[in-house]
Amino acid sequence: MKKAIALVSLTAAIAASTQAGAVQVTLACGTVGQELQMCKDGTARWAKKTGNTVKIFESPNLTNDRLGLYQQQLAAKSDAIDVYQLDVIWPGLLAQHFVDLKGKIPAAEVNEHFKGIVAANTVDGKLVSLPWFTDAGLLYYRTDLMKKYGYSAAPKTWAEMATMAKKIQDGEKKANSTFTGFVFQGKNYEGLTCDALEWLVSFGGGTIVDDSGKITVNNANAAKAMDTAASWVKTISPAGVTTYGEEEARGIFQSGNAAFMRNWPYAWALGQSDDSKVKGKIGVAPLPSGGNGNAATLGGWNLGVSTYSKNQAAAIDLVRYLTGAEEQKIRAVEAAYNPTRPALYKDQAVLKANPFFGSLLDVFTSAVARPSGPTKLKYNQVSTAFAGAVSDVMAGKTKGAAAVKKLEADLARIKGRGW
Amino acid sequence: MTANAPTQPPAAPPTPLGRKKVRGIEGARAWQAFWLLLPTLIAIILVAGFPLYRTIFFSAQEANLTSPGQATFIGLQNFWFTTAEGIGLGFLQDPQWWTAVRNTLIFTVFSVALETVFGMIIALVVNSAFAGRSFLRTAMLVPWAIPTVVSAQMWAYMYNDSFGLIGQGVLGGQALLADSSTAIWAMIAVDVWKTTSFMALLILAGLQSLPGDMYEAADMDGASKWTQFWRMTLPLLRPALLVALVFRSLDALRVFDIMYVMLGANVAASTSMTGYARQQLIDNQLLGVGSAVSVAIFIIIMAIVVIYVTAFRVKFD
Repeated sequence: MKKAIALVSLTAAIAASTQAGAVQVTLACGTVGQELQMCKDGTARWAKKTGNTVKIFESPNLTNDRLGLYQQQLAAKSDAIDVYQLDVIWPGLLAQHFVDLKGKIPAAEVNEHFKGIVAANTVDGKLVSLPWFTDAGLLYYRTDLMKKYGYSAAPKTWAEMATMAKKIQDGEKKANSTFTGFVFQGKNYEGLTCDALEWLVSFGGGTIVDDSGKITVNNANAAKAMDTAASWVKTISPAGVTTYGEEEARGIFQSGNAAFMRNWPYAWALGQSDDSKVKGKIGVAPLPSGGNGNAATLGGWNLGVSTYSKNQAAAIDLVRYLTGAEEQKIRAVEAAYNPTRPALYKDQAVLKANPFFGSLLDVFTSAVARPSGPTKLKYNQVSTAFAGAVSDVMAGKTKGAAAVKKLEADLARIKGRGW
Repeated sequence: MTANAPTQPPAAPPTPLGRKKVRGIEGARAWQAFWLLLPTLIAIILVAGFPLYRTIFFSAQEANLTSPGQATFIGLQNFWFTTAEGIGLGFLQDPQWWTAVRNTLIFTVFSVALETVFGMIIALVVNSAFAGRSFLRTAMLVPWAIPTVVSAQMWAYMYNDSFGLIGQGVLGGQALLADSSTAIWAMIAVDVWKTTSFMALLILAGLQSLPGDMYEAADMDGASKWTQFWRMTLPLLRPALLVALVFRSLDALRVFDIMYVMLGANVAASTSMTGYARQQLIDNQLLGVGSAVSVAIFIIIMAIVVIYVTAFRVKFD
């Protein structure tokens, strides 16, 4: 009898352990810069700790492409991906397909993240995803070239930046014909919306649509911001800047062919890596002001669990691990991914790897959100229309004043009876 | 359907008694043919008929991509609808759609015309006897064998203004893809590079079916090679050429991957009709409008095929 009981309990134990160990969780994560490698390393640590396995689903580089792919998976109620990496502008768009993490994750753990980012991840009281890393636009500059041309500090205004870029470009072009002053994300896609929002806000031109849902873009400051950006093309920026995304801009800056770059924090660690031609010659500053203070667009990625996942418990555990303090610290030190936990900005190891985290904490905490909240399901259309308008101004097809007027009409058309 | 035609015996001389019997055999044959075709018919209905039906169904609905279950019928409002405030919501009222149509037509006309001319030249060269001919015939298909996404990305790198072989090397830092008026020609060049070999192959097949003795006779009569080409080769090649033209035109009107890869989703939406449809359907999640655009593309392409077939009396056998 005793033997029988022992046998039964033993088999039960084996069954239980194999069941727990057999879970495979699929995670869709980004592939920009070192993202994929960091994602693989992080999930491997979790897999080792829990005995589960993780499959990485590689997503497209550009955020628009990624959204389209995710939507197809979700609309088909596919269980192929358990955990999705979500852009900070998507929760409103995709909320219905994700597990409410409120209650599944202790409130104290959720409150360890920046309040604003948690709020951006909450849709009608539902916690759609947990913050993984945050992003804000930064100005990268070449410290060696600044010194060479007699500048002691990063530019405070866009006009200052343009003057400096012009002088450095004129000087450097003699030795390097492909050298250019300033690179940014000028391609007509979501990245341009981010860059252009920074210009608008820094000129006092508002955020396209305000929090109450009113279309505010048709104003003189917004027009001036667009015209200023257009004046950079073919002067301090190459004509091709209107075809550059994040990686194209980084490629040019990192190979030593640009004086200034607007990019996200991830470019820091790569620019300081051994194969970078500008290692040790990079400075980071807040983006210049257009007269209304500096502004940085809030970016960042979050992790949510699909309601169609068959292994929700394991998937939630993976999300908790990846967004945890330990993992965020590793990601900050190794790849300059900004933690979403304020406590980590005081961590010595993090500050040693990313000296600008401490001085630019304000930039990260006061970053401007894109109008994805008020425009809800129509955000993508708003963003496409906005990026298209900015793109037309930069291509010289129209002037800022006419562009914002037309944009207002287009947005009214998109808004229809309401957002 | 034409496959079992040769197996049919020549019709027996009808006799009053035999006619009924023949019809019985033919009837049985027809039924047999029907049963044999049935799996194919079912497959076509499943893979082509059903999606087509769904697209036409959704073109008359207001529906969202993330929740296709909650659709409401709105008739033709996806195509044309003006609100009380005078705002046009239908896609036919969107100037971007018409820009996309215009650019697609420019792309189609010029790429197909250039491909036909170059394809004809290559086919005539490859058709003549010379050493290494079979190697050349294989080699010329290489651009065609590369997936369009790969060749489009490859060309995008070559066009890049800071490190591209063409953009930086040949043009000295000119960004062809940045300006929509030059981008369309850059894209026509890619398509011509890729598809000329396909055109050449189709024309070559036509050339090889032309009888050789006819040319010998023409030589005897003293017709120059030039006259032979215009008076004999071209008219005889017409059927093969027209089929090739129809194929290529349809392909060019459906162009998507070149624009999408080289220009990105937003610009592709004002450069190709399919890019516009994708943007409405995927980026904007407007399942109804996106389907309506797809239906419009279907109608446009069908109309062009009908014009081709009736105007040139193309025979597909």
